[in-house]
Amino acid sequence: MRVTKPAATPPARAKVATGIPGFDELSYGGLKLNRTSLLMGGPGSGKTVFALQTLVNAARERNEPGIFVAFEETTRQLIADAAGFDWRLAPLAKSKLFFFEAHLSPEVVQSGEFDLRGMLAMLKAKKEEIGARWIVFDGIDVLLTLLQSPISEMREIYRIRDWLADDPMNAIVTAKVEGSMSAAVNYDFMQFMMDCVIRLSRRVEQGVSLHRLQITKYRGSDFVAGEHPVSFGQSGMEIGAPEPPEIKHAAPTERVSAGFERLDRMLGGGLFRGSSTLITGVPGTSKTTLAGKFAEAACLRGERTLFVSFDEGADPIVRNLSSVGIELEPHLKSGTLRMYSGRTESIGAEDHLVKLKSLIREHRPRCMVIDPISALAKAGGLSLARAVANRLVYMVKDEGVTILITAISEGDDPQTEATELQISTVADTWIHLSYIVRSGERNRALTIIKSRGTWHSNQVRELLLSNAGPMLADVYTAGGEVLMGTLRWEKEQEGKTKTTLRQVEFDQKRVDLELAEADTHARITALQLSLERQRVELAQLSSDNRETLVSSSQREQELGRIRSADPEPRASPPPPARGNGANGSAKAKASGPRSAR
Amino acid sequence: MIRKRAKRQSAVPAVTTLVVLRLYIADSAPNSARAIANLAAICKEHLGDQFELEIIDVLEYPQRALADGIIVTPSLTKISPSPLARIVGNLSDTNSVLHALGIA
Repeated sequence: MRVTKPAATPPARAKVATGIPGFDELSYGGLKLNRTSLLMGGPGSGKTVFALQTLVNAARERNEPGIFVAFEETTRQLIADAAGFDWRLAPLAKSKLFFFEAHLSPEVVQSGEFDLRGMLAMLKAKKEEIGARWIVFDGIDVLLTLLQSPISEMREIYRIRDWLADDPMNAIVTAKVEGSMSAAVNYDFMQFMMDCVIRLSRRVEQGVSLHRLQITKYRGSDFVAGEHPVSFGQSGMEIGAPEPPEIKHAAPTERVSAGFERLDRMLGGGLFRGSSTLITGVPGTSKTTLAGKFAEAACLRGERTLFVSFDEGADPIVRNLSSVGIELEPHLKSGTLRMYSGRTESIGAEDHLVKLKSLIREHRPRCMVIDPISALAKAGGLSLARAVANRLVYMVKDEGVTILITAISEGDDPQTEATELQISTVADTWIHLSYIVRSGERNRALTIIKSRGTWHSNQVRELLLSNAGPMLADVYTAGGEVLMGTLRWEKEQEGKTKTTLRQVEFDQKRVDLELAEADTHARITALQLSLERQRVELAQLSSDNRETLVSSSQREQELGRIRSADPEPRASPPPPARGNGANGSAKAKASGPRSAR
Repeated sequence: MIRKRAKRQSAVPAVTTLVVLRLYIADSAPNSARAIANLAAICKEHLGDQFELEIIDVLEYPQRALADGIIVTPSLTKISPSPLARIVGNLSDTNSVLHALGIA
């Protein structure tokens, strides 16, 4: 008998979503239903935000009321702190969320031991009153330190656990840990008690503050292990869940314009929809201009476009592009184009990734520009930036977005870029821009280094900027070097002069030849005429000759008859060589009378 | 709710102002029982009959405790004379209690 194993996914009811983007993916569904989860982390690692955001989401999306027990902060402080997010906490605090202020003010005098029996009784009453499904104990460490003895700490932790077990709710307990966990006696014990343990951390790497989240324990459930980047945006916290290991990108054959017609022609008809294009070049080689042209072309097609720039504001970019005939302003106004300018040093590369992810989700672009991606290297180290850049490209491709990325390369040799962010391996098309300095000029050259799955031009083109936008011009190669700018112009002029000269020479030659031909024709006609004349003459001559012969023989006969010559035939006929000559006839004529004498 | 009011005995001269106290306890929990005992001893020794004490069982009257801003049990509040004073714990440290109440 065979039993087919059901899929290893836990029943949907066993978990409850936090609504925190990324976390529910990492935990395969959220927190454990009616169980307690522990959030641990240093100061400012986002514990309170995580807990509060979960509560807000539950209240707003599933209409589940919650209680927030604040050991560390007052309700007023909490609401003020949360004002930076779009949670609208104040009205929510009046209806669905109850804030229990468990912060013992410094004026309160402590005399001897206390416990949480009374507090839990009050919370139970409140729970029944508002029908709470959630409870957060925020900053339990503050309370525990007041208890003064490890034994009473443990006792109160047990008390909370028992209380939750008696009357199950989705509970989150947050606890501050300084550095390693050894600072607190009972944290190990607390972790043991909890069904799910999440660690939040914040560290500074190369001057950039990096937030991380890690699930270290999840009883009865699988989860995505490892540290994951956390970023804070308008809607609160967001976790950067890892991308799936298998690459599943569709390969559309639809082409989209790379910006302008001539470049499209060089690319064999444009870029593939959903492909990634990398533009590298040293500063000032018009990478942003090409990117802007691509974005403008996309907007003109009516496609939603996201333009992400690093370390340069959106307004200057729009203004600068306008000077080369690229107008982004109307598209910004219509909402087709969304521009986002990030300051790279302020947050880590992975946070940028999370941020871009949420931007993509918000704007749903079909085309996207990142200018320049190399700026990410400043956001917390090169190795990190590398990983992020690769993930970014894959992420964008997952969404089917056609992306154009620019990267600053250190040298004019495109190979140097390859060692920098190593993004070129994941890019489908790679365009390199360089300066060619000769004869006191800097000229921009455009080369297509690779373009997967499509024909592309192997030739270097000169990139020209005018107020009508970027243009590409043919370049000349002379002695193994490409000629651009003035040299190209000179070469063009030289070429033009040569062409003119050749044309003139050709015309001259043609006329000459035509003349000669006409002359020959004339001569042929003349000769033919002369031939005709000669033929006629010849014919005339032979007919005369015949008549002369006839008449001479008649005359002979006449003479013979008159002079009574012998009737015997002529003894010697004229020799054949002279037979038909006038002389022969004359001799015959002459001999005739002589022999007759 | 347990209300205890000391009978006024004009013979005790030490304190002349009436001290109004509220003690929040959690049923018969060890800390709560200890707090009641400790407070009774302090009052007897230092306040004579010049005090009014209200003992509130939070398990019984949680909404009242919530409204009064109670956090943990046991918890003692001095309502009058002003200023308002709050003491948490089983009141085992007599000196700090007296200090907080403004008696010693």
